[in-house]
Amino acid sequence: MIEILNAARCTSCDICVRICPTNVFEPAADGGVPTIARHSDCQTCFQCEAYCPEDAIFVSPSRTPEPAGSPFLDEADLLDRDLLGLYRDRVGWRRTSRRQDDTGDARTTGAATRDGAPGEVLASDVDYHRAAALAPATAPLDRTSDDRASLDRTPPDSTTNPLQGAPS
Amino acid sequence: MVVPSTSPRSPSVARASSGPGAQRRPPRRAPRPSLVEDSAEHLHLHADVLVIGGGPAATWSAIAASEQGASVVLVDKGYCGTSGVAATAGVGHWLVPPDAERRDEEITPREEQGGYLTDRDWTNDVLDEAWYRTALIEGWGYERTRRSRPAGNGARGGTTGPAPAPNPFARRPGERSFSGSSPDYLRFLRGKVKKNGVTVLDHSPALELLVDGEGVVSGAQGYQRQTGRAWRVASGAVVLATGGTTWKSHSLGGDVNTGEGHLMAAEVGAHLSSMEFSNFYGMVPFGTSMDKNGFFVTASYWDHEGAPIAYENLHKSRAELLGASLRGTITAQFTQFGPEVRPTLRAAMPNFFMVTDKLGVDPFTERFPMDWVQEGTVRGTGGIHVLDRDAWTGVPGLYAAGDVAARDRVVGAATGAGGPNLAWAVASGTWSGRAAAARARDRGPSSRGQRLEPTGTLGLRPDGGAHRPRSAPAREGAWREITAAVRDEMLPIDKSAFRHHHGLVRSLDTLDELWDRAGTELVPSDVRSADAIRTRETAGMLAMARWADRTALHRTETRGMHTRTDFPDTDPRQARRLLTGGLRDLWVLPDPEPPVTGDAAAPYAAPTPPTWTEEAS
Repeated sequence: MIEILNAARCTSCDICVRICPTNVFEPAADGGVPTIARHSDCQTCFQCEAYCPEDAIFVSPSRTPEPAGSPFLDEADLLDRDLLGLYRDRVGWRRTSRRQDDTGDARTTGAATRDGAPGEVLASDVDYHRAAALAPATAPLDRTSDDRASLDRTPPDSTTNPLQGAPS
Repeated sequence: MVVPSTSPRSPSVARASSGPGAQRRPPRRAPRPSLVEDSAEHLHLHADVLVIGGGPAATWSAIAASEQGASVVLVDKGYCGTSGVAATAGVGHWLVPPDAERRDEEITPREEQGGYLTDRDWTNDVLDEAWYRTALIEGWGYERTRRSRPAGNGARGGTTGPAPAPNPFARRPGERSFSGSSPDYLRFLRGKVKKNGVTVLDHSPALELLVDGEGVVSGAQGYQRQTGRAWRVASGAVVLATGGTTWKSHSLGGDVNTGEGHLMAAEVGAHLSSMEFSNFYGMVPFGTSMDKNGFFVTASYWDHEGAPIAYENLHKSRAELLGASLRGTITAQFTQFGPEVRPTLRAAMPNFFMVTDKLGVDPFTERFPMDWVQEGTVRGTGGIHVLDRDAWTGVPGLYAAGDVAARDRVVGAATGAGGPNLAWAVASGTWSGRAAAARARDRGPSSRGQRLEPTGTLGLRPDGGAHRPRSAPAREGAWREITAAVRDEMLPIDKSAFRHHHGLVRSLDTLDELWDRAGTELVPSDVRSADAIRTRETAGMLAMARWADRTALHRTETRGMHTRTDFPDTDPRQARRLLTGGLRDLWVLPDPEPPVTGDAAAPYAAPTPPTWTEEAS
């Protein structure tokens, strides 16, 4: 679910307000940063993370709200790891790398604007439980250099290609 | 009451199309819908065709209708371009060239997989239409207007220049395929829809259909949640393309698919088909929504004690893995791929690997815990029964396209996920758009000025659909409780994946009670309000749950994804599709139209290719 809307990067363009299919955001009356007004309606579809032109949004992979203390609520750490706007980068919509000196402002956390207490789990969400095994790891994320090297080799076009039918 | 057609080619309505080559040459731009009222309280439009939905089927339908010269309004509950399950998936259409041998190669294994409930003649027509329609995409400027560079070549590393574009989705060397990143595809379809002159209303959920004095569906009305005003569109015909239903299981993009489209169709007399095949579960990295990944179907799995889990065919049934999941968390690993293809695979599924990267998991080299999201009739195949190649529902003026319609004739009891559902969306979208435009042309614009009656029942009006006196006042927030109770019956694996007589009867008792309760409690403050969006969604989920379980109770065998623990074998006498319908009082009957498989089908003859292709503009 969406957990971070970085106020320092946000330019109040309200694209997220327009494109969110479940109407999670509410535009600010004074033209400021939109609020995550209906957090429990978030369906973890990552569209806002792809559409935000400023890489101001982080959507946690969990389909339930992050519990208090989750690394996915640590805005400073997520900024350090360049995880805001990761989906935008992966679908190829990020035009340029972010400037080295642009780290957002970790002091203004979007988590504070959520409705309900952080980590609150709605009654309708308890049909699934969380595994301790999936506590977010700190493994390095940059595998892209290896990826690029191998991308230059076109895989053989064969009838037994394992990709048939995928993705779904 | 609509009588189900006995033949898919029943000439029950003038067919707008007789094949993929039949379309009329399009005008440059379709006429605009006319604006009747645009005030702070009301938006009122007249159009030839109203399309409800905003995914692939809805957009293909709107494109086809506008090509016929119809004025079109498309209303989306969310935002056309991001709404629905396709918007965040990777897209790989099931495309097979119009060649008898290739068709046989592709369709034969799917007949077995689908439990022999399929129809080869229909499947061939779907594949024909999808083949010719997707060929137009390049001419419409898809590659030119795409925002993304070739997949996997993100800006993160600062690389310049295009990467080689392998085509891992071609089914045979040299065959045309159409696949790619969905945010691009849906964004492109939105642009194409607007370019064709279609009026798009975002964040405008439809709440109920409107009928004229003869019962002909003639529009719909709803509520614009971001502007806070009611909308109403009077039209010559309506296409429903609202997607399947996942009962808000938090699958990727699925929470907007809540069944009110099915409910609206049933309220005017449409039937549903194959609703027992509404229990497909998608595999996800534990606790996430990320169910879009075809690599799962050939991966390796271990149970909670580390013992390998054997499986037969995960397109057909996931019972082996689901059963193991009931004993403890299972783990998965994509052991089937060597290191040399992994970068290509990562590039092909940017959404999935974005998630595993955030989690710090490498699914190729590590076992990772996984669980499930119920994908209902999105990956299941049940939905509104359409009668013919116009995607006609049998109700005058109403057509159904994409996942809201049953895909059972194409994939039977197996999942339609990915390729087949997308081919169906293109074909049924195109058919419904053309037919709706023809219907509107026949009726003429005078039909738009008529007095229209709303048809919404449960979730809109007190005692909607319940034949008993009102016993309790409408209660605020009832939708939360009823939604939670419906989810409690539909999401758990031990209730929906593994079914048995007593469990289904118990669930149906609960759901029937909820239906009666909803008749009095699930009533919005106003029939056109933000509140009504919630109550109507809940009503849709409840209706879908009852059709699913009632049909599942009727099929006393195991076939495809429908697993009955009390009837573990497939019964050859039940090789028929099941129709269902009704609101409070439900019925289930075998479809009089039999499946058509193997040699029973007509010999395949390639259709005449389209007589025109729209020039790039």
